[in-house]
Amino acid sequence: MSKYVVEQVKLLDRFSNKSVTGTLHLTATHLIFVESNSTSAQEIWILHHHIASVEKLSLKTNGCPLLIQCRNFRLVHFVIPRERDCHDIYSSLLRLLRPVSYDELYAFSYNPKQNDQQREEGWQLIDLAAEFERMGVPCDQWQLTDVNREYKVCKTYPRDLYVPIMASKPIIVGSSKFRSKGRFPVLTYFYQEKKAAVCRCSQPLSGFSARCLEDEHMLQAISKANHNSRYIYVMDTRPKLNALANRAAGKGYENEDNYSNIRFQFVGIENIHVMRGSLQKLLEVVGTRSLSMTDYLVGLENSGWLRHIKAIMDAAIFLAKAVTVEGASVLVHCSDGWDRTAQVCALGSLLMDPYYRTIKGFMVLIEKDWISFGHKFADRCDQLDPDPKEVSPIFTQFLECVWQLTEQFPQAFEFSEWFLIQIHEHVHSCQFGNFLGNSQRQREDLQLKERTYSLWAHLLSEKQNYLNPVYSPSFAESHPVLEPSTQAYHFKFWRNMYHQYDRSMHPRQSILKHVLTLKDSNRELEGTVQALKTKLQKFSVSTSPLKPQTPPRERSLPPRPQSLILGAPLLSRKEVQQEEDEEVFGEEAMEDAPAITGGERTVEGSSATENGYGELMGSFGSKNEPGAVTLEFGVARMTC
Amino acid sequence: MEFAELIKTPRVDGVDLHRPFMPTVEGTLCLTGHHLILSSRQDNTEELWLLHANIDSIEKRFVGSLGTIIVKCKDLRVIQLDIPGMEECLNIASSIEALSTLDSVSLMYPFFYRPLFEVIEDGWQLFVPEEAFKDLESMTDEWRLSEVNKDFSVCPSYPSLLTVPKDIDDESLCKAASFRHGGRFPVLSYYHKKNGMVMMRAAQPLTGTNGRRCKEDEKLINATLCAGKRGYIIDTRTIAVAQQAKARGGGFEQEANYPQWRRIHKAIERSNVLQDSLIKLVEACNDQSHSMDRWLSKLEASNWQSKVKEILTTACLAAQCIDREGASVLVHGTEGTDSTLQVTSLAQIILDPACRTIRGFEVLIEREWLQAGHPFQQRCAQSAYSNGKPRSEAPVFLLFLDCVWQILRQFPCSFQFNENLLIMFFEHAYASQFGTFLGNCVAERVKLQLSQKTVSLWSWVNRPQELERFLNPLYEPNNLVIWPSVAPQSLLLWEGVFLRWNRSTKCLDEACQEMVHIIEYNKELQNKVNSLRRQLAQLETEESPLQTP
Repeated sequence: MSKYVVEQVKLLDRFSNKSVTGTLHLTATHLIFVESNSTSAQEIWILHHHIASVEKLSLKTNGCPLLIQCRNFRLVHFVIPRERDCHDIYSSLLRLLRPVSYDELYAFSYNPKQNDQQREEGWQLIDLAAEFERMGVPCDQWQLTDVNREYKVCKTYPRDLYVPIMASKPIIVGSSKFRSKGRFPVLTYFYQEKKAAVCRCSQPLSGFSARCLEDEHMLQAISKANHNSRYIYVMDTRPKLNALANRAAGKGYENEDNYSNIRFQFVGIENIHVMRGSLQKLLEVVGTRSLSMTDYLVGLENSGWLRHIKAIMDAAIFLAKAVTVEGASVLVHCSDGWDRTAQVCALGSLLMDPYYRTIKGFMVLIEKDWISFGHKFADRCDQLDPDPKEVSPIFTQFLECVWQLTEQFPQAFEFSEWFLIQIHEHVHSCQFGNFLGNSQRQREDLQLKERTYSLWAHLLSEKQNYLNPVYSPSFAESHPVLEPSTQAYHFKFWRNMYHQYDRSMHPRQSILKHVLTLKDSNRELEGTVQALKTKLQKFSVSTSPLKPQTPPRERSLPPRPQSLILGAPLLSRKEVQQEEDEEVFGEEAMEDAPAITGGERTVEGSSATENGYGELMGSFGSKNEPGAVTLEFGVARMTC
Repeated sequence: MEFAELIKTPRVDGVDLHRPFMPTVEGTLCLTGHHLILSSRQDNTEELWLLHANIDSIEKRFVGSLGTIIVKCKDLRVIQLDIPGMEECLNIASSIEALSTLDSVSLMYPFFYRPLFEVIEDGWQLFVPEEAFKDLESMTDEWRLSEVNKDFSVCPSYPSLLTVPKDIDDESLCKAASFRHGGRFPVLSYYHKKNGMVMMRAAQPLTGTNGRRCKEDEKLINATLCAGKRGYIIDTRTIAVAQQAKARGGGFEQEANYPQWRRIHKAIERSNVLQDSLIKLVEACNDQSHSMDRWLSKLEASNWQSKVKEILTTACLAAQCIDREGASVLVHGTEGTDSTLQVTSLAQIILDPACRTIRGFEVLIEREWLQAGHPFQQRCAQSAYSNGKPRSEAPVFLLFLDCVWQILRQFPCSFQFNENLLIMFFEHAYASQFGTFLGNCVAERVKLQLSQKTVSLWSWVNRPQELERFLNPLYEPNNLVIWPSVAPQSLLLWEGVFLRWNRSTKCLDEACQEMVHIIEYNKELQNKVNSLRRQLAQLETEESPLQTP
């Protein structure tokens, strides 16, 4: 497809009456808007895969409005002067939005200028066998089984699975036949300190009375593998009502009478459909213009979103407590064992193991509990051939739970929320191969490792940007297990995620960015001090005149991305500029903080109109007759 | 002193003190004239010293002979005292009740408090109107300092010196005063250096139902406009409320009589509903039921966040009129002592970088709240745990502080002070050893001789060793107008006050310390680099004579 260009397009601000004019470019992969004749000249690049929906609104006097909603919660509103152009863009986008085969996804054409070897290395960064080894598996009670080597027992599980020593092949196969989609109980996390295991599976096909001896043996084997506890917990993460309803379809939950020594527990996390509806309601509320505080809070409550987040967190805390305090093993399942189960297992592990709170560890965690165990990213994130009933923000909820934890434990995580947001961005971008498809088997069929690049390598190359400046590795020693408060008021609306692209919503100065910059500066200054010391030493040794030479600058850091949550784009651009221009060695370092001072500094939000406290209609000189003054925030009426 | 009569049991041993997130302390409870003290009499445990004035209400419970007193404080803290012996418990409870509700101002602690520090700079001299006027004079000659209210007879709630337009004589001021509620005629609140626009404040005009007018009042406010320019009147009430006020003799400026002004109505509610809002909010925050829906609906029902949004929006609007529209502004509500002051003081924080420094902020509170006649003593007599019917209590000042906190959150590098300063002001407005917030207006303070008989809060805060706690390590002065976002998504619950006693802040505090450490380390490195460079430069100049002929 050739490039399509439309000029004089208006981009309307979502929350105020402001608009900018620019040029719209449609390429094979992106929709690009370039603001014309402005000093800031903002550019907006929207990947086609990010677009969730395109809507053509009815023609207005100034043109044809086009509303684009993205999966990363960006919402853009263009007004295109000619209806013809609008229609062309609209229909092209509709075609581009519906890739029919995986080959059409961006990941297969994206080339970050790396050679095959680099690409391969990227894919080797995360090694799950090494991860199980780190946990202490295999060990005397847990072993690797090759039963699923050919994906014969369970198509949606990975090839390598860890099971209790006592679970023989017949037991595994028997158990898998008694579980939805063959997803029999396997190990996902091993808490070495207490030899307690976190296992996951799908619901049993128990119906009203069916039982399966192999499955019962399987659970017993899990129980026996842990000498510290006489019982295991079976956590059904669904609400009891849902589990009961499943019985009518021949599925259901474990009957405590048939299984020895289990403690059965419902948790009450809602299903994918409820979650989808909840997010939709939330986005509707926070997308409202001139939203009142009452409507916001009522809407937040009615959406149920934070209630669901809290439910997931509560379940993870229950899991972590059972394992770390009671030393009991826990088997977690929901219906198919790839949504709620993934949320609870991953979040629970993150609470128990500080490793998962590091950048690398977090990647491993996602790779293990989400990617390898078959969370259906393609379906849930609407990558291909969309079935709207399969789409659901399950992974987004997991990321949000982690964010809620970072708010309570600011020093526990190596990464900042910017890292979480980037991951979310790429789960939907289809730019990297990691999240394509629904299972490992499918990924192998697609030859993703040969044909696409790994997101993890990309993120690690930019690690500097994702660091949490106040992260303290020693925090893990004092808090190996996180014990978050579950008081409702600790759960907050994640503004930086859901309003990532809404400039007017953000704090106008970012502490995160400020402190990150300082930390970079500290590193650089440490280098400078070292270089100066060496130089001074040379002076004392030799008396030969030394030409003042510039010592090698510290490894230059990747530029800070222009993200709103990291502060105003304008400011950051200027600062980056300044950092480059400034000869570190030539002059006295600034006495105080390294941030740029000077008269023409801009602070995000230094424009009143951007905020819309009320746009005062008409200027005073021109309008003489007293009329009604309309204000966006509260209406003033001239009476009498 | 008659305190002794009120103290029925001065001392009880074996009392258990329970506080959330802190270990139980067992010790001796003592009551003095002004304090409730609990000491474990061990060297390394902290003692509890609670001002009786800080106690909002108490509850008693008995289980057998063990009595329990729940003490609810104005700073929102709730503590529990387990007292052995029913009689002791009853005595203690009734003593606390009596001591915490003393009516006479002159019996309050500030009159008895003797500072343990040396007063270097007398806080009572922090704001001197004459000096502030000198600054104004250097920028404009349109204004004069009037002594018309020197004996507080023209307006009892105004200070003795007021800044008014130069061309308006005292006689006209008196006439304008008689046309405004409580005699609060329009006076200068803020001069915007950048464009010479001004913000004035007043009380509502007394137009009544028959549309009274007052030429002097019209002339007074018109005198603040440049030729051909018009201004905005921001009435903090809705038009309906303003209309209703007419029946009680109040009202608003009619267009016909003020053709050069455009009136804007906002919906800041009157102070009497605020108390209820605070009570509901604090109750929601203290509810430990963990249910998300219940929390959100209670938070919403308290209406507190709506008020924060409304006040901030109005302040931004006033600032926008001045800075962006280049128009002068007159702000008033009904009495001009509550919502009016919230708006004028917040607008100044937005517009004037000086107000974002510690001293500037103190001056702002002194000028726009204390001297401007916000009735602190009435408004802060009770806090969120008051059971009785509110008389004139209202958390007007706390709401203002909350709004400042919201701006601070959005511009974390633009304020010299941190959240602690705001929390400290909140505490001292409700109960303090200092005299600053006693009384309702300047006239009362003069009568109470506060500046002679009590110590000023500013004398204490401005000592270097105290200031340190209140400094914002991220501060970088900037001269810009700062426009906060008023979207509900951008406004947060002020946890530092409302969840202060309901959460453990250990992790947050440690993170904050780490941040301070990074900032300080940076400064240290900068200094090191500079000193090394100087050494090097020196060595180089010592070498250079060898080279130069």
